[in-house]
Amino acid sequence: MSMTEKIATQRMGHFHLRGLPRQQALRLGMLMLSVWVLIALLSPWIAPFDPIAQDASVTLSPPTFIHPFGTDNFGRDILSRVMWGARIDLQICLIGVIFPFTFGTLIGAFAGYLGGAVDTFFMRVIDVVLAFPFLVLMLSIIAILGPGLGSFYIAMAMVGWVSYARLVRSQVLTLKHRDFILAARSLGYSHPRILLLHLLPNALTSSLVFSMSDCVLVLLSGASVSYLGLGVQPPVAEWGVMVAEGQSFITTAWWITTFPGLAIVVLAMSFSLLADGLGDKLGERP
Amino acid sequence: MTLMQVSGLTIEDRQGVALVDSLSLTLNAGDILGLVGESGSGKTLSCRAMMRLLPGEGLHIRAGEIRLNGTDLLTLNDKRMTAIRGREIGMIFQNPASHLNPVMTIGQQIAESRRLHFGASRREAQSQAVELLRQVGIPDPQRRADNYPHEFSGGMRQRAMIAVALACEPKMLIADEPTTALDVTVQMQILRLLRDLRDRLGIAIILITHDLGVVAQTCDRIAVMYGGRLCETGEKRPVLAQAQHPYTRGLIDCQPVSEGGSGRLITLPGQPPVAAHFPSGCRFHPRCAQASALCRENQPAMSAGGHATACHHPLNHGRHNESFV
Amino acid sequence: MSHSSDLTPQPYPLLEVEALSVTFPVSGFGLKKRHVQAVNGVSLHIHAGETLGLVGESGSGKSTLGRAMLQLENASAGRVRFNGQLITDGMKPDIVRLRQQTAMIFQDPFSSLNPRQTIGESIGEVLRVHNKVAKADITARVSTLLTLVGLSPEHATRRPQALSGGQCQRAGIARALAIEPRLIVADECVAALDVSIQAQIINLLMDLRERMGLAILFIAHDLAIVRRLCDRVAVMYLGRIVESGPTQTVFNAPRHPYTAALVAAIPEIDPDRPLPEHPLQGEPPSPVSLPAGCAFHPRCAFALPECRHGAAPETRHIADHAFACVLDNHKSDGINPMTEGMLHEAKAF
Repeated sequence: MSMTEKIATQRMGHFHLRGLPRQQALRLGMLMLSVWVLIALLSPWIAPFDPIAQDASVTLSPPTFIHPFGTDNFGRDILSRVMWGARIDLQICLIGVIFPFTFGTLIGAFAGYLGGAVDTFFMRVIDVVLAFPFLVLMLSIIAILGPGLGSFYIAMAMVGWVSYARLVRSQVLTLKHRDFILAARSLGYSHPRILLLHLLPNALTSSLVFSMSDCVLVLLSGASVSYLGLGVQPPVAEWGVMVAEGQSFITTAWWITTFPGLAIVVLAMSFSLLADGLGDKLGERP
Repeated sequence: MTLMQVSGLTIEDRQGVALVDSLSLTLNAGDILGLVGESGSGKTLSCRAMMRLLPGEGLHIRAGEIRLNGTDLLTLNDKRMTAIRGREIGMIFQNPASHLNPVMTIGQQIAESRRLHFGASRREAQSQAVELLRQVGIPDPQRRADNYPHEFSGGMRQRAMIAVALACEPKMLIADEPTTALDVTVQMQILRLLRDLRDRLGIAIILITHDLGVVAQTCDRIAVMYGGRLCETGEKRPVLAQAQHPYTRGLIDCQPVSEGGSGRLITLPGQPPVAAHFPSGCRFHPRCAQASALCRENQPAMSAGGHATACHHPLNHGRHNESFV
Repeated sequence: MSHSSDLTPQPYPLLEVEALSVTFPVSGFGLKKRHVQAVNGVSLHIHAGETLGLVGESGSGKSTLGRAMLQLENASAGRVRFNGQLITDGMKPDIVRLRQQTAMIFQDPFSSLNPRQTIGESIGEVLRVHNKVAKADITARVSTLLTLVGLSPEHATRRPQALSGGQCQRAGIARALAIEPRLIVADECVAALDVSIQAQIINLLMDLRERMGLAILFIAHDLAIVRRLCDRVAVMYLGRIVESGPTQTVFNAPRHPYTAALVAAIPEIDPDRPLPEHPLQGEPPSPVSLPAGCAFHPRCAFALPECRHGAAPETRHIADHAFACVLDNHKSDGINPMTEGMLHEAKAF
């Protein structure tokens, strides 16, 4: 019996070492995101300094008690700028994802459901969009429309819908043949009803998970575009712009680039964790 | 001669629920044992345990012995167990498509076993593979050995999987619902094949199924499982003709037997239990017409003898003896 | 809720199928498109209140036929009439009426229900879309339907994932009943269930058909159940009906070798019944490449030279028993070769 007991205890000792258990990923991600949302919402009140207020007496000051993140070459408080930057960057994530999500989902569902010529048409459009490198396309559109966040959002909407469309389309193509859709047809439900009430809610899961990861991409694109000077214009505080501004001081005043950079990483991580956790959770038999 | 003896096998999940509870089975050399049960009965899990192939996380063997020719398999280390898997005990599954390697030809898969376990040369292994395919009734085996699994039809794939299992010349075969996914005419062919293999090669077979008709026509002995426990076991004739356990009786009664009647089928109320909510005492008592307070509290022990049952109020030849304990 | 009063016998069948064919394209290279004849010139009928069993193995086309009969697949040829009205290429109102009087139940109980809706919502939607009851009465009607199929009203708040296979199947039946159909097409509706649950569902169908005068098209591969449940049966092989007639007649005295083989292959709980000495060889071929002549001839133990070429055999009738086989043609004494040769193992009735 001792051998079997030994085997039994060996097996019982087995626990997950790969990655965080799913529930913790979801909770941690949500916690981190909530913190950022709070910071963004409350920044007008909790930020110690005005983000664009310049103070010549404390330029390039390293992190101190008064300026925990230091100041930049204009004497602006980095901490306040990071806090105010959260408003812009979260907005970028939200708007930069919502429009592609909506367009992409609708187009993908439509194409997948109708099939035939409609489907082929949209698939070719998607192919064309995908043929271009993402950033090149974005920058071209912004160059035409002129720099600014508005142009960024428009460019994002024109380019970013593609991934959602493909995801939703492939889900719809599979679901279309499931019995409950056939049942809906046999019960005489209209096509719009089937598409909107039966197919879409079930086809959305992978889009939702993807949108979390997409937030990361959008955040980085927004920061990159701003870094290149084509997005947010100075003196507005936005993390990408801050990284760009601090570039020339990287050896002498590392804090100007590092803290906004860290903020980007932390926010991106929280989306990533959410994506993982959500993916596991929604992945339970839909 | 006893080939495999399972005693008191208990498999638990992470919550400590016994998915298989104190199972004891005997498989004699050259016998076909039918292991019958519905979902949650633990029949597949028990057989996986015999191969020490329990699925993934959380399931562990809490107690028991599985003796193959006297050696307790649960005490062996991984290396020795690997040597036994396939070579002494073969296994075939319900869905051949997912248990055959899609990127190797059937001939290659069979030959691999021959080279591994018997050290056959490449050419020898190939010709042995063709011979095995012929033995399982695949027409034109020379050509079919170079086909990939997806080029076979359902019944042929099942035969191919049997050939792969036989390549190791095991003494016993575990067949997990091998015909459930097949058309009924093909099912007959496969059952016939398994019987012929037993007659010719003397392999013992554990046939897992939910279909009592398959068991009646193919097997020598029957073991009926419910909710992870053994209800009844014995030679097929006594068990089918004079079932003692109410579940066995119910299972026999609820199948639409060919001889006529267009009236209602006799059914068992309720449904098979789910692991999370196994009833106390006898796990069948919520569905049993004869359940008493004793059944709710006490798990019945297996009676003795060739035809054994675990019931506080066994049916005896149609006589419901309520005071039997 | 019952409309059994609607059982005034009609001179025409409730559902009538005439030479129905369903073809699927299978893409070949370039312009060479091949087609699969899933259903090939099938004719049958179902009367109000009658249960017709449709049996066959893989590739027989029985599921496709069931869907085509309800206009859920496009027919490439033939006609279907429901309650006397033509519905193939039918006008929209006819299709609407068809949808309001027919329903389907499916093989996989879990995938036949919308995973994002509760059972109550699924059933309620039917009632709402078809205006079966006033809005305020929907919950009550849902409860009635759930009770009718053996579930409890509190199941209405559960999602399919929270129910067992048998319970989901009952929910699917409740949803079908919500529409108050005259015909239900049951496509392998018990195949995926545990044996003890299968019996419960079969009994439920029997109860419902008595109470509500339902006609049922019972598509299955399990002949034992068909024998118990159905009044008439039609046997399909590779898209054609090879035999049809009253259940007892077809099962006891099959006239087509395939039917005889199917009957011989039913596993019975009889330890003394041996496995068939010569079980039917081969497997149902793929419908993509149909054999010439009679589609069954490659597997048929009785095949004659004339079976191997030409057109498929014509359907012959003896009273209400139809079969598509040339055998018996040459026997003048009326002895059926099947009952002698292949059924010696079957029980004498």
